[in-house]
Amino acid sequence: MPLEVPSELEKSIDDRITHYPVSKRSAVLPVLHELQHHFGFINEDAVEWTAAKLELEPIKVLEVVTFYPGFRQSAPGKYHIRVCRTLSCAMAGSYELMESICEKAGIDRSGVTHHDPIAVSADGKYSIEFAECLASCGSGPVCLVNDDFHEEVKDVEGLLKKYN
Amino acid sequence: MWKDFLKNTIKAGKKLVMSDIRYIKGKEPHPRETRVIFKNVDREGWDPSIACYLKDGGYEMLKKGLKMKPDEVREEVKTAGLRGRGGAGFPAGVKWGFIPPNNEKPVYLICNADESEPGTFKDRYIMHQDPHQLIEGMVLSCYAVGAHLAYIYIREEFPEAAQILEKAIAEAHEKGFLGKDIQGTGFDLEIYVHRGAGAYICGEETGLIESLEGKRPYPRIKPPYFPAAMGLYLCPTIVNNVETLCHVKHIIEMGGAEWAKTGKPNNTGTRILCVSGDVKKPGYYEVQVGHVTMGELINDICGGLKDGRKLKAVIPGGSSAKVLRADEKFTIGKGDDAKEIDIWDIPMDFDTLAACGSMAGSGGVIVIDDSRSISWVLNNINAFYAHESCGQCTPCREGSLWMKKITDRLVLGKASPEDIDTLESVAYNIDGKTICAFGEACSWPTESFIAKFRDELTADTKSDLSGDIVNLESELAAAGLK
Repeated sequence: MPLEVPSELEKSIDDRITHYPVSKRSAVLPVLHELQHHFGFINEDAVEWTAAKLELEPIKVLEVVTFYPGFRQSAPGKYHIRVCRTLSCAMAGSYELMESICEKAGIDRSGVTHHDPIAVSADGKYSIEFAECLASCGSGPVCLVNDDFHEEVKDVEGLLKKYN
Repeated sequence: MWKDFLKNTIKAGKKLVMSDIRYIKGKEPHPRETRVIFKNVDREGWDPSIACYLKDGGYEMLKKGLKMKPDEVREEVKTAGLRGRGGAGFPAGVKWGFIPPNNEKPVYLICNADESEPGTFKDRYIMHQDPHQLIEGMVLSCYAVGAHLAYIYIREEFPEAAQILEKAIAEAHEKGFLGKDIQGTGFDLEIYVHRGAGAYICGEETGLIESLEGKRPYPRIKPPYFPAAMGLYLCPTIVNNVETLCHVKHIIEMGGAEWAKTGKPNNTGTRILCVSGDVKKPGYYEVQVGHVTMGELINDICGGLKDGRKLKAVIPGGSSAKVLRADEKFTIGKGDDAKEIDIWDIPMDFDTLAACGSMAGSGGVIVIDDSRSISWVLNNINAFYAHESCGQCTPCREGSLWMKKITDRLVLGKASPEDIDTLESVAYNIDGKTICAFGEACSWPTESFIAKFRDELTADTKSDLSGDIVNLESELAAAGLK
């Protein structure tokens, strides 16, 4: 089914494409970001749409989607949480933070694999994954909830309450 | 509050001097710091708007620099000896000089804002709090190298910073600091923000360029693909780190020779050290390069180790840098000047850290105390590199994963003593055998941890593993390490 892109979103995408006067292909990442921001993830239709928009073979778009951890191919929860896993945050307790969020948000991470790193709560409200170094190593543990950054996260209940 | 203070200062006809700068309570710089790039970070009443920046004398250096000739700007940066703050420490002026002299193609400049080396968190604050400083530095740098189109390649995990930068770019446009005929000088420049998508390899400059071309970020082989000669769209391209580009503004302000008086010879200027791990006050500290020793950094500036703890190791320049053991002795200096020092007395500069067998890298200092298991630390690092290998070169794609799998078993108590040798051999079979420096980045931790902590790693192994069939996935999950 062709992707239905609202005209305002398409206008914003067209504007982004002008940032790459030399090669439209350069706009693959920005176009995918706009689509993911709106639809929550990149499905096959979004790949087709992007390819048509940028006059590329769909495989040129799909290979990008499958490479970058920043693009999701399945629906996340309403609030997508990314907990930093890397050394300084791990030393500050990021594994414990992950466990605590999962427990309080009702998320089961047992099915998570390298290629399918996201777990979603049963009610679809929250999804979670580990992220590699979010570059705030002095104030760990840190996480992103959608586009909001949180540092020195200790109060998990308080955090989840903000996103209800 | 700060606005009132400014108004009164200006009304009274007083010149704003550094001592007038006040910082947010609890976030004041340490007395050992020299704030140049971070002058406005955590400053009281400061905001990222252009109005605030202009009131503080912002964009004056852009005007000054655009009155100079491009080669004069380049010369100042060369004289300053500014070394790249992203990781490699390569002199920026020399890099700029690699653009072929008879070049007729367009030249591009890319700001590398993909800050993702574990332990590093400085560019985040520049972009969040002082975006116009970066834009001013970029305009000057573009002018110097003849670029009329520039990109800020920012990691996707900085969504707020990307928005702040886009707003700042729009503001600078409106005031005539970007766009056509900047300040009536005839110089044109557009800067766009380009967001990555969560891949560490995009911090490698040729991987970044591939990514900016809309492809998988597989690094290009050098030669022939040196970006300064064959970069973005196979045109000459300069890729510099955020902090490096900001310094250009201050070099124009002070003059290259004067700027070079800060820091120490061949290690000039200030740089931001990011300290994390087992210290009382982790954080960002801007110091003159080489003016602070490891001991002063940890004990004075960062308030020391946590109570009752002893230092075990330090990773001095981002997680790829080779680890330094707390009780090691290091020989620095040459010939008659050679002397032996211990870890506390290492001056934090490029050349000394290289002489100590590690590197100043990206300035990310990770402090590890005696409560930490070395196997656990190494495994965490190996998991990072296994996740981030782009997969283009076989030794790295396979090796980084094998290194993680072996240290996975090590932390689970399911590794044999021979596994340490296997681990070491895997690391040395990656190092130097890949297209880009990720090969070294991912093998240096394992090589150095084994060289310095072989006994402790071996102590975590088990000689009799008969009957142990390891299901890594489920055992890691059971150990809370998935």
